[in-house]
Amino acid sequence: MALRRAELKVGDTHRERVVENLSRTQLVMYSGAGGDYNPLHSDEMYTVQVAGYPTVFSHGMLTMGLTGKMLTNYVGIARLTKFGVRFTNQVWPGDSLDAIATVEAIREEDGLHLVDLALSTVNQDGKDVLSGYATARIDP
Amino acid sequence: MRGLGGKETQILPKITFPVEATHIMMFARALDDTNPAYHDAEAARRSEAGGIVAPPTFTTAVAQFDPDYPLRPKHGESWFGSAKEASGITGKPATSGGLHGEQHFEYLRYPKPGDVLTAEVKPGKEWSKESRRAGKLIFRERITEFRDQAGDLVLVARSVGITTERPVEQTGGANGTAQG
Repeated sequence: MALRRAELKVGDTHRERVVENLSRTQLVMYSGAGGDYNPLHSDEMYTVQVAGYPTVFSHGMLTMGLTGKMLTNYVGIARLTKFGVRFTNQVWPGDSLDAIATVEAIREEDGLHLVDLALSTVNQDGKDVLSGYATARIDP
Repeated sequence: MRGLGGKETQILPKITFPVEATHIMMFARALDDTNPAYHDAEAARRSEAGGIVAPPTFTTAVAQFDPDYPLRPKHGESWFGSAKEASGITGKPATSGGLHGEQHFEYLRYPKPGDVLTAEVKPGKEWSKESRRAGKLIFRERITEFRDQAGDLVLVARSVGITTERPVEQTGGANGTAQG
């Protein structure tokens, strides 16, 4: 399941559909599990009438978590040493997201084999919603 | 609280975060992540991880254990979200606490059920900039160190929160913004 150094090269990409037609119920599930009950993610009346947004929208950490799902599917469980993102656009109910990892470097540090990845998550219109980086342990 | 020098010092309480298998299962479900490492103890034991582990962003759920977390309704307090009216707070503007601009994690190991983590939050840098889509933006960094029951560092989380002057405009503009 883990990546092997010999099978990787700079420029390789892994792309995965991490959510299809994002439901409002999934936003509620994420609030309940993660603990962020901000009404902006579940409360249409508050979000439209008080906060001034067109409708509720995703937690940034849900978008990051979905991107993390792509990463663990690609590099294996418990192999990330670093994972960081910037949230670049909001994610709305009905969006479908693809998370993409691109190999930037393959290197060795303190006897560990590592891969550095550039991350991008895009919506169905090809618009960036998240950009970031990750480093993962790989097998020799 | 006053420090020895008589100056105001900010001391944030440490938060105790017991890691439980059911919580990991529910968190993974919310991500629609069906990896057995998050819900099937037997399959997880046979995997490289050697047992159930937390997904990479799981420690964000420390919010559940923060007694003062502002984005959770609390006993005896008005909630700013809607009930019969659009906001439960009248007479002063309701706030959603801003947006999430960045999040970074560094992992030394992955939390697993049975761990009792202690989270210590440290304020970081603060800066501001003008944005065409949301007015003046104030950025605030927070660094959270998670240690285990042995006192060993497990992971470090760094977040950047953004307070906007007005809601983010949805048309035009190339500047990136943030999510909630």
